[in-house]
Amino acid sequence: MEKVLFLAHNEEGGGLSRACLEALSAARDLAQGLGAELAVGLFGGEVSGAAEAIGGCGAACFLAAAGPVFASSRYASDAAACEALCRASGAGLVVAAADSRLSRVLPGVAQRLGGRIDTHLTGLWVKDGSPAAARWFYRQRMVAEFTRSERPWLMSVESGCFEAFDGPGAVEPEPVAVDLSEACKRTEVLGLETPSADEQTIRPDAELLFVAGAGWTKKQADGRTHVKEAEGLILDFLNRTKASLGSSKSLVDISGEGHEVISYLTHLHQVGQTGATPRHPKGLAACCHGEEPHVVGWRFIGERRAINLDAGCGWAQGKADVLYVADAFEVLARLNELLARA
Amino acid sequence: MSAGFHIVVCGSLVPDPLQTLEPIRGPQGPGLKNEMMLPAILDPWAGHALFEAANLAASGGKVWLLSMGPKAKLQQVMMSVAQKAPFELVVLDGPAGGFTDAHFTARALAEAIEGIAGLDRSRLLLFGGWQSASRGAGSTLQMVGERLGVLDQFQGVDEIRVQDDGAFVVKERVEGGGYLVSRCAGPPAVLGWATGNLPEPPNNPQLGMANMRLIMPALQRAEPVPAEPGGLSFASVELPKARRETRLVKDLPPAEVAADILAWIKS
Ligand SMILES: Cc1cc2nc3c(=O)[nH]c(=O)nc-3n(C[C@H](O)[C@H](O)[C@H](O)COP(=O)(O)OP(=O)(O)OC[C@H]3O[C@@H](n4cnc5c(N)ncnc54)[C@H](O)[C@@H]3O)c2cc1C
Repeated sequence: MEKVLFLAHNEEGGGLSRACLEALSAARDLAQGLGAELAVGLFGGEVSGAAEAIGGCGAACFLAAAGPVFASSRYASDAAACEALCRASGAGLVVAAADSRLSRVLPGVAQRLGGRIDTHLTGLWVKDGSPAAARWFYRQRMVAEFTRSERPWLMSVESGCFEAFDGPGAVEPEPVAVDLSEACKRTEVLGLETPSADEQTIRPDAELLFVAGAGWTKKQADGRTHVKEAEGLILDFLNRTKASLGSSKSLVDISGEGHEVISYLTHLHQVGQTGATPRHPKGLAACCHGEEPHVVGWRFIGERRAINLDAGCGWAQGKADVLYVADAFEVLARLNELLARA
Repeated sequence: MSAGFHIVVCGSLVPDPLQTLEPIRGPQGPGLKNEMMLPAILDPWAGHALFEAANLAASGGKVWLLSMGPKAKLQQVMMSVAQKAPFELVVLDGPAGGFTDAHFTARALAEAIEGIAGLDRSRLLLFGGWQSASRGAGSTLQMVGERLGVLDQFQGVDEIRVQDDGAFVVKERVEGGGYLVSRCAGPPAVLGWATGNLPEPPNNPQLGMANMRLIMPALQRAEPVPAEPGGLSFASVELPKARRETRLVKDLPPAEVAADILAWIKS
C-alpha cells in the first residue's frame, strides 16, 4: 500500500504558511484517493504550533525534526532534516509546498533517497489507482499531465491550486533524530532582508496585481517623458489598493541602462517568460505591450484588464477581459482621486 | 580570494522566447514541433550565471561552461555566447528539451564534472540558472551538487560577495520580494542564479574568436549521452486553450474609465 508524507516547516511565528496548508490538502486528497496512509513530517525551530494547527488532518503519525539548529533556512540542515523525516516515515509519495525553503532542498533530498522529484505541480489526483500530476513547461507555455512509477516520488505543489487545510487539533509529534555533521554547518544564515512596510510592493497575497510596462517611461503626447510622475502615480495607487506590483521585462531592464527610472522597481518585480508568474484573483496592466511569450506573466491571474493607448495591444487582445483604450497617466490620476475619496 | 575559484556553469539552450511553441508527441515522448529548426538561445538564467562567473573569475580562477544539448544547435548558440565571456566549453551531446527528466540530466552533468581535467573540486563553485526556461523545475543543480557531495547550496541567487578570508555572502530570493542572506565558509558550493546584478556584456568578437578555438574541438569531442529509460510517462501536453474575448472600451473619458476600474476592483 502507498504511504503519503506531507512535509512542511513551521513559520517564524510558529504556525504553518498558507502555501503549506494548501499542500496538505493536496497530500490528504492524494492519500484518500489512493486509500493510502497519511503521515506528517515537520521540521524547523519549534514545530508544536505547526503540528497543532493541523492536528485534525487525520494523519496516522506526526514526525518532527525540530530544534534551534533547524530554525533558519539552510540547505545542509534542511536536507538532513527532510531526509530523516522521509526515511522515518517510509513513505513512497512525499508532498510539500513549492515555497523558497522547500524548493531549495527537496531535489537534493530526492537524490539522497534514490527517488525522483517533480516540482511546481498545479494539479495532483488519482487516475486508475495511481497518482497523476500536472505542471507547466517552457515557462508556463504548455501544460502536461503525467505519472511516475519510481518511488520515493517527491512532489512540490504551487500555491493557489488547492484549498488551504483548516483543522487544528492537539497532537504531540514524535521526534526523529537527525545526524548533523560539522560539515552541515559551514553556512551561517545571517538573516532576512525584507523591504520595509512602505517599500513593500510585492504582495503575494494581494487581491490585485498591477503590471506596469515600459510605456510609463516613453515620450508622451507632449513629446516628453514623465517618469517621476509615473513613479508617484503608481506608488500612490499601490498604497491605496494594497495591490502587488509586477513589471514587464523592458521596464525593469531600463533601470539597468542608466535612464530615468521608477526607483522602487527591481528584477524581483519582473513577470513573464524570464520573471515570475504570480497568482492573484485580479490583474490590471498599464502601458504593457508584448506577444504571447511575454504575457505568460499573467497566465495565472483570474480576471484581467488592461489600459493602453493602442487598441491592438498584444498584451491585452485575446488575453484580457477588458482593454481600456486610454491614457494610463490620466486614468491612474483619476483612480487615485476616487480612491482618496472612498 | 576569488583568484582561486574553479567555476563550472551548467547551462543549456532553450528555444528563443519569441518563438511560437507547439507540443507534439514523438516515439520517445513529448517534444516540440520542429524542435531542431527553432532558433535557440542560452537559457537566460544560466546566462546570468555565466556573466556572474566571468566577473568573479576576472581576477583569477577559471570558468567552464557545461552544456548538454544537441551538438549542432549548441554550435549555433555558442557563436554568440562565446563573445560574451571567457570560458572553456564542456559538451554533452544529449537532449536539452523540457520533457527530459532532471534526474537523468543531473547524472550526466555530475559525471561530466567528475571528468573535467584540472578541476580542483575543493575550489568548485557550481553555477547555473535556478530554473531553466524549458523544464522550469529548479531541481537539476541540487541533484548535481548532491552527487558531488556539495552540502552548501543556494537558489534564486542575486548576489555573491567574496570576503578577504575566502568566505562569501550570498543573497537568495525568498517570498514577498525579500532576500535570505547567508555566509558560507568557502567553496565548494552550488549557486542557482536568478537575474544577478550584471547587465549582459556587449559582444566582443576577439573574445569570441579566442573562445571558439577551444569550443570547436570540444563540440567535436562531445560524446552522445545514451537515453535512460525512466518511470516518467506523459498522458498529455497541451497549449492553454482559453483565448479571452477582449471587450474594447474606447472613447470613454479618463474619469469614467477610472470609475469603471474602481467598481471592478471593489466587486
Ligand atoms: C529572452 C527574452 C526574455 C523575455 N522575458 C520577458 C519577461 O520575463 N517578461 C516580459 O514582460 N517580457 C519579456 N520579454 C519581452 C520583451 O522584453 C518585451 O519587449 C516586453 O515584454 C515588452 O515591454 P513592455 O510591455 O513593457 O513595453 P513596450 O513594448 O515598450 O510597450 C509600451 C506600451 O505602452 C503603451 N503606452 C505608452 N504610453 C502610454 C500611456 N500614456 N497610456 C497607455 N499606454 C501607453 C504603448 O502603447 C505600448 O503598447 C523577453 C524577451 C526576450 C528576448
